[in-house]
Amino acid sequence: MSPAVRVAVLDYGAANMVSITRALAAVGAEVSVAEDPTGMVGIDAIVVPGVGAAAPAMVHLRERGLVEPIRDWVGAGKPCLGICLGFQLLFDASDEGGAETLGLLEGRTVPLVDAPTLPHIGWNSVEVVRPHPLFEGVADGSYFYFVHSFVPAPADESLVIARTTHGRPFASAVARGSLYGLQFHPEKSAEAGLRMLSNFVGLVAAQTRAPAGVA
Amino acid sequence: MLARRVIPCLDVDKGRVVKGTKFLNLTDEGDPAELAERYAHEGADEIVFLDITAAHERRGTMLEVVRRTASRAFVPLTVGGGVRSVGEMRDVLRAGADKVSFNTAAVATPELLTACAARFGSQAVVCAVDARRLPGGEGEPARWEVVTHGGRRTTDLDAIEWSIRAVELGAGELLVTSMDRDGTRSGFDIELLAAIATRVRVPVIASGGAAGPDDFVIAVRDGKADAVLAASIFHRRMFSVSDVKAAMAAAGLPVRRIAEAIA
Repeated sequence: MSPAVRVAVLDYGAANMVSITRALAAVGAEVSVAEDPTGMVGIDAIVVPGVGAAAPAMVHLRERGLVEPIRDWVGAGKPCLGICLGFQLLFDASDEGGAETLGLLEGRTVPLVDAPTLPHIGWNSVEVVRPHPLFEGVADGSYFYFVHSFVPAPADESLVIARTTHGRPFASAVARGSLYGLQFHPEKSAEAGLRMLSNFVGLVAAQTRAPAGVA
Repeated sequence: MLARRVIPCLDVDKGRVVKGTKFLNLTDEGDPAELAERYAHEGADEIVFLDITAAHERRGTMLEVVRRTASRAFVPLTVGGGVRSVGEMRDVLRAGADKVSFNTAAVATPELLTACAARFGSQAVVCAVDARRLPGGEGEPARWEVVTHGGRRTTDLDAIEWSIRAVELGAGELLVTSMDRDGTRSGFDIELLAAIATRVRVPVIASGGAAGPDDFVIAVRDGKADAVLAASIFHRRMFSVSDVKAAMAAAGLPVRRIAEAIA
């Protein structure tokens, strides 16, 4: 039996760590919490969680020495999942406090416009626009839990795998290689969310447990 | 489209559910974490714990309850009752809650809403507005006053004005309870809900008075509520969360239906 996929959830003081770590464990991952780069050693994938504002989040990431290690990790093509604020931080910059963010995906995070209610809190439907293994077994239009007021606008529309509408449509899920981002909270989205986390862990397993030496 | 939420509320005293639920096949009927998980499986969109433990008996039991719940019920969790400072809110969020609801503490110290919103974001700050209808003369517009301490104390605050102010101060959601209807199962106070919901941009959660699925429909359709909270009709198994959602869906309201019902 192949060993469990090892996932480190980055803790930079801006997230509900209990829910995401327990949800990943519930779908079979071996979960650890990384408060600094030493926690990124000997693992298969990282998760960048987060709730709150972009500017202070970047300050905390920098203080913990995590900014460059995250960039190197993603640059090396290793699996990374950004959730909510952690998703927004993957882009170049955010209008929320004018923060420069990680710059791993082109585009900037902007306020939700024409939203009937703000923040956008609650369960909204996620429409798959490009079939992706992350959504395997998840019915198109399934509801997921959102809590946010800003959204990233990806420069490359082809990275968008799902959209959600609150006022206007926005990218609620993107993927580029093994870099994944979700605007909603899978760890708070009951069965559908657990299924997505399970799919993520499966993708990590496929990538990191693939038979070696086939070259 | 944003779904209208259905939220069971559990009263928790010293770490145990009171006015407990009669679920079948529960190992422990009074355990908040186990009940929350059952409700989540039934399709609850969120769970609210109302901590009614007397202040002198609090010893972190609620934090342990929150931790255990967040470990097994993967839906949003709101905790109300007993949080009076930024530090206490931080502890509750760290234990795994997503939001904290303030009532008496917000009336006593309105700046608390601002401080907590600045620290954790307004999405995590719920202001619970307990309102009681004031007797009015013929032809006068309806008015409601804010009450605190579970309805035992009156204030001079107008419920609508206080709601608007709470949002300005930082509340990202309002939990509006009609103290006239609470526990009466005579339907929500729709006039109160609409009066508040049409004046604020944040989501309004209707509470107090649910008798059956139709009341949920009316609270959303006529009361303009984004979410509906109830306690006793769920606890006493008069209706399930899926019964309520079926009625809402039949009325054309967007709700999150779960594929398989739990027997």
